[in-house]
Amino acid sequence: MSLLDVENLTVRYAGSPRPAVSELNLMIERGEAVGIVGESGSGKTQTAMAIMGLLPANASVAGNIRFDGVELCGAPLTLLNQYRARRVAMVFQDPRTALNPYVRIGKQLRRILLEHGICDGPDADVRTLEMLKKVGLPDPERQFRAFPHQLSGGMRQRAMLAAALLGEPDLLIADEPTTALDVTVQAQILRLIRTLHSETNSALLLITHDLAVVAGNCERVIVMDKGCVVEEGETRAVFSRPVEKRTRALLSAAPSVNSPVMCAPASEDADPVLEIENLAVSFKERRSGRGKRLRAVKPLSLSLGERETLAVVGESGSGKTSLARATLGLLPADSGHVSLLGKAQPPTVGARRNAARRNLQMVFQDPLASLNPAMSVREIVTEPLRVHEAGMKSAQRLASANAMLERVGLGAELAGRYPHELSGGQAQRVAIARSLILRPRVLICDEAVAALDGTVQHEILKLLLSEQDRCGLSLIFITHDLAVVRQISHRVLVMYMGRLCEIAENEALFKRPRHPYSKALLSSVPALDPATGPIDVPLPGETASAWSPPSGCPFHPRCQHAIAICTDEVPVPADCAGSVVACHRAADLDLGY
Amino acid sequence: MSAFSALRPIGRYIRASRMVAVCLLLLLLVALIALAGPLLSPNDYIATDFNNRFAAPTLQDMRFFGTDDLGRDLFSRTLLGVQVTLFVAVIASVVSLGIGVAYGATAGFIGGKVDALMMRAVDALYALPFVFLVILLMVAFERNFLLIFVAIGAINWLDMARIVRGQTMNLKHREFVDAARLIGVSTPGIILRHITPNLLGVVVVYMTLTIPQAILVESFLSFLGLGVQEPQTSLGALVNNGISNMETAPWLLVIPASVLAFILFCFNFLGDALRDVVDPKHKT
Repeated sequence: MSLLDVENLTVRYAGSPRPAVSELNLMIERGEAVGIVGESGSGKTQTAMAIMGLLPANASVAGNIRFDGVELCGAPLTLLNQYRARRVAMVFQDPRTALNPYVRIGKQLRRILLEHGICDGPDADVRTLEMLKKVGLPDPERQFRAFPHQLSGGMRQRAMLAAALLGEPDLLIADEPTTALDVTVQAQILRLIRTLHSETNSALLLITHDLAVVAGNCERVIVMDKGCVVEEGETRAVFSRPVEKRTRALLSAAPSVNSPVMCAPASEDADPVLEIENLAVSFKERRSGRGKRLRAVKPLSLSLGERETLAVVGESGSGKTSLARATLGLLPADSGHVSLLGKAQPPTVGARRNAARRNLQMVFQDPLASLNPAMSVREIVTEPLRVHEAGMKSAQRLASANAMLERVGLGAELAGRYPHELSGGQAQRVAIARSLILRPRVLICDEAVAALDGTVQHEILKLLLSEQDRCGLSLIFITHDLAVVRQISHRVLVMYMGRLCEIAENEALFKRPRHPYSKALLSSVPALDPATGPIDVPLPGETASAWSPPSGCPFHPRCQHAIAICTDEVPVPADCAGSVVACHRAADLDLGY
Repeated sequence: MSAFSALRPIGRYIRASRMVAVCLLLLLLVALIALAGPLLSPNDYIATDFNNRFAAPTLQDMRFFGTDDLGRDLFSRTLLGVQVTLFVAVIASVVSLGIGVAYGATAGFIGGKVDALMMRAVDALYALPFVFLVILLMVAFERNFLLIFVAIGAINWLDMARIVRGQTMNLKHREFVDAARLIGVSTPGIILRHITPNLLGVVVVYMTLTIPQAILVESFLSFLGLGVQEPQTSLGALVNNGISNMETAPWLLVIPASVLAFILFCFNFLGDALRDVVDPKHKT
């Protein structure tokens, strides 16, 4: 008898035309690791919630969910509660919202032990602390007393894992456990899940949109689309010889650091379109407001050529977004200049001339947040023209907006819709149309595809590149996704704690990174090929607090190549075989593959 | 153009919801009767008739609502009261919409010192005791019918300004505002086209609370003798008068009170319905 046996599971919501999950069959044996992949809306999470009995009241569930031979579908809450935590446990995507912000970590976790009568008071404290140690939380005694907001994202996800494992479940369901995390932290958490899975001999159901996460961690994979299972089998077999069209589409859209470079070469000779010189950004401490400032970006210079794509990568908190916002004039810079087409620009967007403003545009991460919910698509796309082409007649404006919408792949029938009526991909196309209608020279994309599904992401990237070809657009592409970087960029800027680590040509960075941090980032990316096996943890530990940055090179506490000078002196960016590298050991280290 | 574009969606909402249309229609009808009625009725609202005190409602001579303690025609007086009440409602909404929203949105959007200064001014106005303010106005100027509207207007926009400011501070950090700044939309343009339409939900709900409140404040002031003076009247004053005569002539209380309740209900239902359609997520 298998551990979990799901038969003909159908989840339906009143008023929705098609079921969220239809006729799903799923079997998990003890000790097995199974992955479910699919795009958003494919019913992955609904399946997991149905297994846990956590679906909302307006969902109707049909079918059988047998756990160890006991029917859980439609079971009373008292029975379900015996299974939750003790037999089946779940780790949620967002560790921020899954932990109660008002209760200390230790207290939250020991409650699980007490609720289920696993042990009593003093014992519970000891066992909780042990579990916190086991999941690798640094300084567990302190985290035991900490509130969730005092932990970083990675630490919170470790705490969630500890919570899930306290009841020693037979099945652990992890729903997008690393989606909200940086790639280096993702590698840490995935390894943790893997070791815990093999140590405890529990079964693992890993739900993710990221095929690479499944590739290295699951023996069996289930591909879902629109609520149905489209393909199922050994991970290796499915990845190397996908049978179904949908699986092939998912695999080919999945960005990988090995995928071919999509962009055309940049023009070589021309003057730089955008130059940034010693730009620095800092924030005042919110509470005391006296003296202490958080240095988000330390003086940084770069230039961007015509038709060039510069990718900016780094973990969250590395200053990527602050750099972009200061460049655009949305955030006051402490010092430094931005010049566009050879002309120095005032520091704030309000003080810039219209001609400069139209040449420097931005696409934001969350397409829905960047579109005014009270304006229709038509109004959104024509607004830039209202500002910049005051003489234009409204019919003309409409015509060029429609043409622009068509160019980004949206039909004119969408023009009357409001943002909430659009899908994520459509909304991002509208945002791109709005920024391109002014024919800017530079477009800054801040995680512009991070919130989108694989296939949609691929389409949006293609769209941006075709626009680049067409109008000679220069792109600054901020992302945490190195596979995207590999596909679309000419040059890459790697940032760590507000400092430049390395600027290198795409090819050079991926083949022979010069900075230890670049190397660590690259090796953290899980491979799409199951044969590669799980990756190790190339970068242990966490980024230091930006309030008290380490002396010398900010990366030295995590750097395995650090020497004495690294703790004392900040490395100055210097040329190194065609790249600019800020590392004391750039010349003598060989980090190539 | 931009001021209208902020209000333009309202036309769409009216078409979108039957409830909004019905409530607006009823209110319009009440207003129309209140304005046209006195012209048609043969009975003057001032004319006393001591032979006909406390006459019960009848169809004869268009004395639909009977007469009051001085023999005056209650129908004409009720229509006059409705006029005053609706006028108060209009003043309250115009002031809290016009001044309150603009003031709050400006303070919230600009922020910093300007915000601090503007909001302290609001606090100072809050601190004035309301009745005292009205008495002061009465002393400073002649006892005037219009003063009461000035007083109601003066306090009505304060709450609205605070609520709108809070909401604006929330909205101004949203990415679509950044996007508008990058495009080069001017600050007034951002406030009008990007902030205000997104405030409508809160504003409409708050307005429906404000209008009945203003109507009740007017009744209260009239009761104190600070508001509308005899022989002028308002629904509040009529209800007051009705209370003292409710045993001999219950219609003197029941009729004006029902009319007042009807108007308040209309505003409340209108608010409920508007809140639903103003939220862009409700439109399909």
